[in-house]
Amino acid sequence: MTIEKITRALCVPLALAALVLPAPARGAEADVKLERVEIDLADLPSLQSGARTYVNLCLGCHAAGLVRYNTLLQLGLTEQQVKDNLMFTTDKIGDYMRTAMQPADAREWFGVAPPDLSVAARSRGADWLYTYLRGFYRDPATLTGWNNTVFPNVGMPNVMWHLQGERIRKEEPVMRDGKEVGDGHGGVLKKVSFETVRPGTQTQDEFERTVRDLVNFMVWMGEPVQLKRKQLGLSCSSRSAS
Amino acid sequence: MAEARAPAYDSSSWFGRTLNWIDDRFPMTVLWKTQVAEYYAPKTMNFWYFFGSLALLALVIQIVTGIFLTMHYKPDASIAFASVEYIMREVPWGWLIRYMHSTGASAFFIVVYLHMFRALLYGSYRKPRELTWIFGCLIFLALMAEAFFGYLLPWGQMSYWGAQVIVNLFGAIPFIGEDLAIWIRGDYVISDATLNRFFAMHVIAIPLVLVGLILAHLIALHETGSNNPQGIEIKKHKDANGVPLDGIPFHPYYTVKDIFGAMVFLLVFAIIMFFAPEMGGYFLEYNNFIPADPLKTPPHIAPVWYFTPYYSILRATTDSIMPVMAVAVAALAVMTILRVRSARWKGAVALGALVVIAGFFALDAKVWGVVLMGASVLVFFAMPWLDQAPVKSIRYRGPLYKTALTLFVVAFVVLGYLGVLAPTPGRTLVAQVGMFVYFAFFLLMPWYSRWDSHKPVPERVSK
Amino acid sequence: MNATRRNLIIGTCVAGGAAAAVAAWPFLESWSPSERAKAAGAPVEADVSRLGPGQLMIVEWRGKPVWIIRRTKAMLDDMAKVRDQLLDPESRRPNQPPYAANETRSINPELLVVVGICTHLGCSPTDKFAAGDPTMPAGWQGGFLCPCHGSLFDLAGRVYKNMPAPDNLIVPPHRFASGTTVVIGEDTKGA
Repeated sequence: MTIEKITRALCVPLALAALVLPAPARGAEADVKLERVEIDLADLPSLQSGARTYVNLCLGCHAAGLVRYNTLLQLGLTEQQVKDNLMFTTDKIGDYMRTAMQPADAREWFGVAPPDLSVAARSRGADWLYTYLRGFYRDPATLTGWNNTVFPNVGMPNVMWHLQGERIRKEEPVMRDGKEVGDGHGGVLKKVSFETVRPGTQTQDEFERTVRDLVNFMVWMGEPVQLKRKQLGLSCSSRSAS
Repeated sequence: MAEARAPAYDSSSWFGRTLNWIDDRFPMTVLWKTQVAEYYAPKTMNFWYFFGSLALLALVIQIVTGIFLTMHYKPDASIAFASVEYIMREVPWGWLIRYMHSTGASAFFIVVYLHMFRALLYGSYRKPRELTWIFGCLIFLALMAEAFFGYLLPWGQMSYWGAQVIVNLFGAIPFIGEDLAIWIRGDYVISDATLNRFFAMHVIAIPLVLVGLILAHLIALHETGSNNPQGIEIKKHKDANGVPLDGIPFHPYYTVKDIFGAMVFLLVFAIIMFFAPEMGGYFLEYNNFIPADPLKTPPHIAPVWYFTPYYSILRATTDSIMPVMAVAVAALAVMTILRVRSARWKGAVALGALVVIAGFFALDAKVWGVVLMGASVLVFFAMPWLDQAPVKSIRYRGPLYKTALTLFVVAFVVLGYLGVLAPTPGRTLVAQVGMFVYFAFFLLMPWYSRWDSHKPVPERVSK
Repeated sequence: MNATRRNLIIGTCVAGGAAAAVAAWPFLESWSPSERAKAAGAPVEADVSRLGPGQLMIVEWRGKPVWIIRRTKAMLDDMAKVRDQLLDPESRRPNQPPYAANETRSINPELLVVVGICTHLGCSPTDKFAAGDPTMPAGWQGGFLCPCHGSLFDLAGRVYKNMPAPDNLIVPPHRFASGTTVVIGEDTKGA
């Protein structure tokens, strides 16, 4: 076979390979294995529950300043439902989802102003958010009393502690044949585990569900048109194929 | 009015009279015939000849979507990021136009790279098409500038820090660098002033240059005629009417072929745009969904994929590689001195090599990284003169060129992939090897293209 | 060719070229920093009275992050240990103010004032103050890591050998207006 033919044949596989190549790094603070979360943007009850969690627990500090409240109508809610259950900072349904907190106060309280989360799911990725939101543990050494497995020394406290409960981080040396094992950097290999010291109001399953719904909502919020985009793509390509 | 010429169309009809009226004042029919309907292209132009017309299609997509994006986008540092999301969320169909533009940028480069690869396969840059090639290289430079200026506009973290890194490249130039970088930015850092001028460059200055260069590229191409997979000049054999025997009219043969190519291209384009507009972080980088923050560098900065081969070369140029490069330059200079006949040229080459080698040790590696990155793009201009083979097409070339081209493509892809990743000592070493292969392909070409074994080229084209 | 005609052609070309160059000048010059940008580049004052030992504060000057770090005795001692791994430990290169050409690169050994931008390609390095940080190379004595291309700097902003960054972090022109106030962007008169 000639080079022309080989390269021609390679064009398509190479293009496809780009799809499965390890994606460029997202902004990660620590090398932690992320847990996969199932995203389903057609699951309206999940999105509604996520929206409720966002408005109740996140919006106090984190604006979603690029999203209008009336965009939430796409989640199968009526205007009255949105006004009654999801709008606390304004009474105009066409307003952006802003936070009541002043940026200057925020810097005073947390060291940095909490970022706007409108497109956070697009920069961080759903798996990161899912692992991060469940990765808080008690740490007396930090300013907030909380630390995080995915984002060490994060300025944000665990706002869902009453649901998740409180966990502490435990390190135990890994024992092999009754001896400690080196970690290759001159230290001792340690096994990290978490222990719940005070249970929350939700069981572990319920809490995972809450976080999953919240992340689902944040993915939707990052690009509200994406479900429509894919459906449109399907109808376009199926029509041109038939 | 043009000189007296028999009217081309039937004067008895209203339509024919209109066409004749135009022809008397503007060479419409003449242009159509000479450039399209009676432009004779070799009958064997294959798959690789799709990408010229596809590049034109990509340009049209970019210009049309770009015009509509400017109607909603705001080149103001305080609202630029939000205005892009405004397009994505609030402008009816804005998301579609924006994704067409962002996917189109990458598609443009894919098509252009394949178009250039075609030239390497079939020797399309060789005599008599040197100017077509040079205009093409200028188009490639303009395209890179266009992409670079455009990438700042979303004003995300990657936009900001990518521009910061590239503008600071100019700061590496000795003596004038710092002032030059300030002049480009219009400020001491990348700021609103920079965004505003990059916007102007992206939406009007560079597109005008691009269109002009493309016109020149096509005029030069139509003067010499298209190349073909065998690298045979079809104008050598013409029939009694002066029509090349191995040529077929561009219209309808290649217009139809190109429309078919455009359909396949648009199908793939639509699939990416609808289902994977981020393309796993390659077409739209994840960090660019964080608004630009001058006080916080993202943990890992990588340019968009189409710049990464050159960016890898920039990063691969470290202090530790300077002695190796000095040896390589010295060897190249000795080979050149043995090759050229005139004593004056021998002296000039020796002096030039000494200056460069001295410079390797006198100036920072950073400066040479910038120089090599520039050279890796500019070296394409020299190809018509570096290639000394008696044949054009790869079909009649020997194993040396085939090996060299394969290694070059592998080095290009590997450099491109490494440019996306964060550097480690091992990766830097691989990139350094890749960089040597990259430059060896060009700079050793005068030797291996001549030493290679070549097959005889037929007189007439065939399958 | 007629000599008069030739001279006229040459003269016209020269005059036309000169006119074009003169006409281009205002356009080229319009790219330089505007009055607004220059005004924003004026000196800034920083109050360091509340800066604790081992802490870093960031002041924005000309849009660049300027770090002020109050180094502890232990930090200053650790710095001396890495001296022979540094490219330019005494800051001999002339691209900084003279009061930075010493081992601590500062007017007051305790207080370091540097522009927090990597000298390689302008990224902002991350602080890695803890000696022996497990994510850093062995023997780490505290300093900075540039996330872009991995350049390492010590606690005086001095670059390690064989790094992409060619130079120590830049010390901006600055002076102490009082014991606790640093003025960045302005030298002591006559210094």
